[in-house]
Order: sequence, then structure tokens, then C-alpha cells
Amino acid sequence: MTLFDRVQRAMVYVLLSLAAFVSIFPFFWMIVGSTNTSADIIRGKASFGDQLLINIVNFLASVDLFSVLFNSTFIAVTTTFFTLVVSSLAGYGFEMFRSAFRERVFAVLLLMLSIPFAAIMVPLFVMMARMGMINTYSAIILPTISSIFIIFYFRQSTKAFPGELRDAARIDGLNEWQIFFRIYIPVMRSTYAAATIIVFMANWNNYLWPLIVLQTNEMKTITLVISSLASAYYPDFGLVMVGTILATLPTLVVFFVLQRLFVEGMVGSIK
Amino acid sequence: MIWPIIWSLWMSFQTGRGMNTSFGGFSNIKRLLGDPVFFRALVNTLTFLLIQVPVMIFLGLVLAVVLNSPTIKGRAFFRTAIFLPCVTSLVAYSILFKSMFATDGVINNTLIAVHLLGDPISWLGQPFYAKVVIILAITWRWTGYNMIFYLAALQNIDPAIYEAARIDGVPRRAQFFRIIIPILKPVILFTAIISTIGTLQLFDEVNNITAGGPADATLTLSLYIYNLTFRFMPSFGYAATVSYVIVLLVAVLSYVQFFVARDRK
Repeated sequence: MTLFDRVQRAMVYVLLSLAAFVSIFPFFWMIVGSTNTSADIIRGKASFGDQLLINIVNFLASVDLFSVLFNSTFIAVTTTFFTLVVSSLAGYGFEMFRSAFRERVFAVLLLMLSIPFAAIMVPLFVMMARMGMINTYSAIILPTISSIFIIFYFRQSTKAFPGELRDAARIDGLNEWQIFFRIYIPVMRSTYAAATIIVFMANWNNYLWPLIVLQTNEMKTITLVISSLASAYYPDFGLVMVGTILATLPTLVVFFVLQRLFVEGMVGSIK
Repeated sequence: MIWPIIWSLWMSFQTGRGMNTSFGGFSNIKRLLGDPVFFRALVNTLTFLLIQVPVMIFLGLVLAVVLNSPTIKGRAFFRTAIFLPCVTSLVAYSILFKSMFATDGVINNTLIAVHLLGDPISWLGQPFYAKVVIILAITWRWTGYNMIFYLAALQNIDPAIYEAARIDGVPRRAQFFRIIIPILKPVILFTAIISTIGTLQLFDEVNNITAGGPADATLTLSLYIYNLTFRFMPSFGYAATVSYVIVLLVAVLSYVQFFVARDRK
């Protein structure tokens, strides 16, 4: 190894370490922050303090923890369930059943994928208002369950589903629904797991649409709560940090437990 | 036949978009062309897009190429660490950034301590620096995400290609620009389009870090639509007109990116 190589190698490690440090620091900051007073956080104190209990007590005093966690969990879990049922069925259908319009309809779907949410939120809100669904769980859940991205993901993954399996099932006399529920779902379970992670995370973290649709305090999710706590004129960052940890924890746990599936799910859509 | 049912179900959620036509007319377009706040939001959004997306893609590529080299130790650790920002919610990390970039906050303290800075910068109080914070924040959140895509693509490259390049005496840097980037072009295009769409609808970060301020310096199109509809006097029709500008931008930019990628083949 020449000196030049060694210097280059050292630079690579410096670059990687710097990137890793920058990536991890805000997490450290969040944990340290939850143990400090708001004033210390604003003053940039980056060492552990003794305010953790006080911050937790303050947090519990300003937030109805049970209802907030219930709202977040209920919305994320029901949305995930229905999205997986509806969108995987659609993805399976797109791949498995031939039709003259199949590719054309799918092309339209893909085109819609590139329409940003900001562009449809106004009409969607007007629609929800006309149906009297403002400030209800359904207003959050209904527009999200047919996810084009997940349909696309399942269609791609279904290409790997062996056609012989389906033919064998047909010969054995199963109808199309039985094939889907008894054969397709068990065979594709890792696809389902990856999709579950993607959808759950997206809905747990969803902000803009709930912000528009959920208007009373007892309907608010954890994401909305920490946002409004932090945007107060004089925010108490100590208790905000406790809330931030609470909001981040579920996805962090899912990530570390199912890391391989997590990454697979993200990359899977472009295989 | 399952899919037509799904399709109609799906349609029933989406037809709302058609409603804009009933609000339409030229008055909204006229208002749009004479609206300085709209143009500020448009310029801000495009500024974020033009600076942040290329920087992030380049960083993601460099990190992916470095992490793909088998001689680097601790690759799994670095990969996980750099990917970690992706698991945070946009709101949560925005709040963290807001507190870190306070005027007496940890970023200023650190920069002053290592003598990169003489006096503290009012990050969130000055139009220019507020933009910088937003760009830094988005780059922090999404670089690892993009890196994962490049890593996956790099692992599919046949090692024989590198071997051939080595035998032909192609220097390292030329390998990056002449071999790796052309092979990764489809993935880069894909991430560029995804990032473009994402940046055009930037909302969570600006609303939580700067609330569009100071003096609309970080106001984005999405935030403006939100303000028009839900913060000021509700004006759904005009907000929908601004929405169409985003649709138009996505369409034009995706087309341009496809065109550029195809042309160079």
C-alpha cells in the first residue's frame, strides 16, 4: 500500500465517520434534551441533565396520553390492515388476470402516482366536508387505503409468484378467492411484512392530512400534538423532547427488529 | 374479475380532483399571475429543489460507492447509521432541527468552539440562513434513503466490469464517472424523480422549523396552499389553481429528467 492509498483510505473513514456522526447526533440530542430544561436545550447543553422526570410529568400534564396514543395507533393499524387487503388484492389482480385494458389502467395509476398530495388535498377536503366526515377517523383512513404505491409494489412482487402453484390449486378445485387467501398470502408473507412496515410508518408519521382533517384535541395524533407543542410561542422543549421520543420510538423499534425487511421493502419497488 | 371492483373503489376516492373545474374560470389564473406571494413560494420551492436534490444525490452516490467497497471495515454499522434518519417522522426531526439551530443553540456553540464561526448566526431569523437550515434538514433526512437505492443497484453490477476496468488501467475517479454513473443511471433517474416530487410538496419541515418565515423566505407551494385554504380566508378555488401549478411542475420536470437521461445514452 502506497502512502497515497493510505491517505485516501483514511479520508474515506473520516468521511464515513462524519456522515455517521451527523446522522446519529440528532437522536442523541433528542435523548439528552429530554433530560434537560427547555432553557438548557435552547442554550445548546449537550450533556445529560436531571430533568427527565419533571419533563415526563409536564408532558403528561399537557397531553392526554391515552387518547393521543389510541388515535395514532388506531389510525395506523386500521389503515395498514385495509391498505394491505385492498392494495395487495389489486396488485395480485393486475398481474394475474388478463384484460384488454389492464396495461392502460395501470399506466393511468402510475401517472397518478406522480401527482403530489398537496395538489389533491383541497378537493379531497371539500369532498370530505360534503360527506360530513371532517374530524372523523374515516376521513383519515378512507383516502389512504387504496395506495397506488402498494398496488405497484404487489404487482411487481407477484411476478415472482409461481404460476404453477395457481394452476395446481385450480385443478384441485379452489376458487379464485381461496387461491388468494389460502395460497397467495402465505407464499407472499415476506412481501406483506415489508409492505406492513412501509404503510404503518407512513401512517404513524402522517402529518399534513390529519392536520387538516382532525380538528379537535381529542382526535389528535402524536404527530399533531408534538407539532403544536413545539410551535407554541415559548415552547417547553423539555416536554417536547419527551413527545418526540414517544413519536419516534415505534418506528425505531420496528426498524431495528426488522431491519432486513425494512430495507428490502424500500428497495423492492424498483427491482 | 377482481380488479375492476378495486378500480372503481379506488376511483371513488379520487374523483374529487375533478371538482376544481366547477371553481375554475380565468379569474383565478389572473390572480395567480399578479400574486407576489405565489411567486415567492414558487421561487423558494424551485431553489430548494435545484440545490438540495443534486447535493443529496451526489452525497448518496459517494457514500454508496464507498460503502460498496469490500475493504472498508464496519460497513454494516456505517450503513445502518447513515440510514437511521429515515426512520424519524418528518415532524419529529423538524422539531429537533428547530431546537438545534436556535441562536444560542448547539450548532452555533459547536461552530464557535471549533472556530468556524466568530459570532452566532441567527439561523432561523435571517432569510438566507433559514433556507440553508431547511436544505440541511432535508439532506439529513433523505441522503441515507437514496444511498440504499444506489447500494442495491451497485451490488447488482458484475464484478467482472471492475476487473476489466482495472486491467485496462482506468483510474478510480474515471471509474466513478465513466462506469458507475452510467450503469446506475436508471436508479439515479428514479431517485431524482422521487426527490423532485417530494421537494415540490415540501410542507412538514417548513411548517415546523420556520413556519414559512422569516418574511416568507421559506414559504413553499404546499404551505401556501395550506395557508390559503385553512389559515387565511378559505379560498378553495384559488388554492386549487395553485395546486395545478404543482401538477404542471411535476409533469414538466419528470419529462425533462427522462429526456435528459435518454439523450445521453
